[in-house]
Amino acid sequence: MTNVLELRGITKRFPGVLANDKVDISLREGKILALLGENGAGKSTLMNILYGLYKPDEGKIFVRGREVEIEGPNDAISQGIGMVHQHFMLVPVMTVTENVMLGIEPVRGGVFLDREKVAKRIKEISDQYGLEVDPHAYIKDLPVGIQQRVEIIKVLYRAADILILDEPTAVLTPQEVEGLFKIIETLIKGGKSIIFITHKLKEVLAIADDITVLRLGTVVGSIKPQDATSEILATMMVGRDVSLVVQKGPAKPAEPVLVVENLYVRNERQHLTVQGVSFNVRKGEILGVAGVQGNGQTELVYALTGLLPLESGSIHLLDEPIHRATPRDILERGVAHIPEDRQRHGLILTFPIHDNLMLCTYYKDPFAKGISLQPVSIFKNAEELVEQYDVRTPSIYLNAGTLSGGNQQKVIVAREFSRPIELLIASQPTRGLDVGSIEYIHKQIIKKRDEGAGVLLVSSELDEILALSDRIAVMYKGRIMDILDADKTSKEQLGLLMAGVHPAESSRK
Amino acid sequence: MNNSSIDISSAIERRRRISFGVTLLVVGLVIYLLFGSNTKPGSLTTFGLNLLGSQAIEVSDLVIPALPAVHLMAAIAVFTGAYQLARGVRSTGWLIGILAFTFVFAFLMWAAQDKSFNLTGMLQSSLVRATPIALAALCGVISERAAVINIGIEGIMLMSALVAVVTATVSGSLYVGLVSAIIMGGLVAAFHAFLVIRFKVDQIISGVAINIFGAGATSFISSRFMAHATDKLNNSGTFPIIAIPGLSKIPVLGPVLFENNLIVYLTILLVIVMHIMLFYTPWGLRTRAVGEHPKAADTLGVNVYFMRFVNVTLGGMIAGLGGAYFTIGSVGRFDEIMTAGKGFIGLAAMVFGNWNPIGAYTSSLIFGFADSLQVKLQILRVPIPSEFLLMAPYIVTMIILTGVVGRAIPPAADGQPYEK
Repeated sequence: MTNVLELRGITKRFPGVLANDKVDISLREGKILALLGENGAGKSTLMNILYGLYKPDEGKIFVRGREVEIEGPNDAISQGIGMVHQHFMLVPVMTVTENVMLGIEPVRGGVFLDREKVAKRIKEISDQYGLEVDPHAYIKDLPVGIQQRVEIIKVLYRAADILILDEPTAVLTPQEVEGLFKIIETLIKGGKSIIFITHKLKEVLAIADDITVLRLGTVVGSIKPQDATSEILATMMVGRDVSLVVQKGPAKPAEPVLVVENLYVRNERQHLTVQGVSFNVRKGEILGVAGVQGNGQTELVYALTGLLPLESGSIHLLDEPIHRATPRDILERGVAHIPEDRQRHGLILTFPIHDNLMLCTYYKDPFAKGISLQPVSIFKNAEELVEQYDVRTPSIYLNAGTLSGGNQQKVIVAREFSRPIELLIASQPTRGLDVGSIEYIHKQIIKKRDEGAGVLLVSSELDEILALSDRIAVMYKGRIMDILDADKTSKEQLGLLMAGVHPAESSRK
Repeated sequence: MNNSSIDISSAIERRRRISFGVTLLVVGLVIYLLFGSNTKPGSLTTFGLNLLGSQAIEVSDLVIPALPAVHLMAAIAVFTGAYQLARGVRSTGWLIGILAFTFVFAFLMWAAQDKSFNLTGMLQSSLVRATPIALAALCGVISERAAVINIGIEGIMLMSALVAVVTATVSGSLYVGLVSAIIMGGLVAAFHAFLVIRFKVDQIISGVAINIFGAGATSFISSRFMAHATDKLNNSGTFPIIAIPGLSKIPVLGPVLFENNLIVYLTILLVIVMHIMLFYTPWGLRTRAVGEHPKAADTLGVNVYFMRFVNVTLGGMIAGLGGAYFTIGSVGRFDEIMTAGKGFIGLAAMVFGNWNPIGAYTSSLIFGFADSLQVKLQILRVPIPSEFLLMAPYIVTMIILTGVVGRAIPPAADGQPYEK
């Protein structure tokens, strides 16, 4: 068995960080290598080096046994290396054909784009690998799963035989993931070799031929899927034993704390992205909102926290309407918010940690008296919270931007949980965090529930929703498809709902 | 659930329909009351269709009874408004067109009653006055399609205008002046591109600096050196009118389209070339990709910085041509601040034209029309103070920029520097 691709001793330093430290990986021809690691383990840096977007400080790259220099994407492409990026590199206002041909456009009459020729080639590739797509459709009109196909076609159009898939399942529904796995099988049969980057253990076990685990920029080890289990892989990834199951007792739901009726919300671009949503959250329970990203969850949370105005409908918090309440008014009534984009809405990165820890209540005693802030109580508050919520930082006087993602999130959790709350709105609370921080934040959310707060948990990670929620609402295209009891549902059922299909309907067909 | 969402979107539709319908009714009423009551019954308005000294075959002038025509316009507006309220018209473009046409036509009827008004002449001067605006707009289109905002067009045009007249006067050749102006425009834009791409200087600040420098430098050179040496430095003459054989004989259209100078023809040619370039060539595809999603272009091996640099520079050369129009294309000498905001109006035309060359040219024609209407009305001695008439093109600019006429969508990465 030959290695089609080998990286030897790759080292990449960024200011203050060693992103890759003497990394060796090898990809066998016609096989799938899973590159497993937490966010920040150096997977993406490594692949960007391979694709020529970064230059390594040390190390060598061998393609089919020959050492190669990769100076930019063009070099990678000419070596037959193609990359499907985690954030799709597609121009939304252009057609599939235009996106595929960009950079290597065939011309007619010397200067004019030959769209037809490319469209024909796309059809051929579609047929060969089962990647059905309309070459003349605009990207902005296509669902995410199809957009991913376009990305794969883009790579195949450039005749790549080494494919790098960077977190390809992050934005897909479970059904779309299955579809992707089928496509990957066809690709392998067609003689391609694939590097599959992920942090999801189950996917690795399902699909990989070889597994290489990265941690903090170094290769921890390689293992065959038949020798591995989720627990072994998790331990390799994190470097210590972790519990993958969230411990929680049964919920004791009481009266509703949040009642939403027939809510319509427009996003900043004036599209109606929440369309007639009704639900309630009771004290002492966690309502999970599942759904593929971009189905109105963001706008729903913005409306509930006063960041976007309502188009119509009503929101009641503890029987009082909060339709026109300002964000401050809402948080003073006992709503805590862990925002989706922690760096934009959760923290002021250029402010010190101690100031970030009092942002909600800075104008009140003990942080302010009259018009002046009270540094002594601000520092004291910060010292206590950093201690209590295990924020790992050398000092409370450092800027919040210097913290790692997990610790930034802990600062937000500390601030929001340290005041008396009735309702917790947590939007993607663990996105991009390491396993240790995820464990911690999950425990804190359960703790709040057990103290009697209502929790609205919005997440696009189905595993997280299933692990924490007592009831689950599934959002699709701005509507709630259904609200289910968490212990009476399955991943498959939720997956169908996330794709906009009622399981009852599909079985009737 | 389904029904309620349809209700909401149809409610928005209804709101739009009502607001358009009511506007049309109001315009109809205004036409009737304002122009109708001030137009003398039995007065005639003469629209001249022949241009003095043109090669076109002569046709008889259009003579229209003023009052019935005003009433007809009011009726059309009211009828369209009522139809819109009752049934709804799909095309917003048609509604705006009818609204503008009825109002402007009725206004002309009233203003020119018992007088003669040369329609062909006004259309011809609209096209000529639209030319510098269109060139500024085309400069904007090509820069912003590659995601670089260039608000320094005004300054670039001023500098090119001065360079054009000085080089043309000194060398004695208008073509030397033209080429120098284009090179000047290219150089200034390349400097702008260098600052904002290489050093990521704020694009607005760099553009404002170019405008201030352009105004200051040209005014200084003009008053310090050129005022005392007009014949040696500031007297170039202008490009002659070239009548296209055959086509210029067509009545009305001939004098308007086919009896112009070189720069006007070049502008129309540029519009067509840029349209083809942007939408039918690899260069255009890459330019648009760089303006919409530079990272995507980069991962496919397109050099984002190079594409931006070249497009901004090309845009500057087009603005340079626009600058040349002011001096060697129009009056043959340089005056301080002679561009009078045309560069900015060009940017408005770019927005209104939805960042498309053809759209930008069409909206430049609207601005040119507003500008030449204003001049004609002063000649007709309309009882409106001339200061107000002078505002016409700028008021049109403001109305368009407020987004009343529908919001245009700029290239997604417009104005953002690209970081690898």
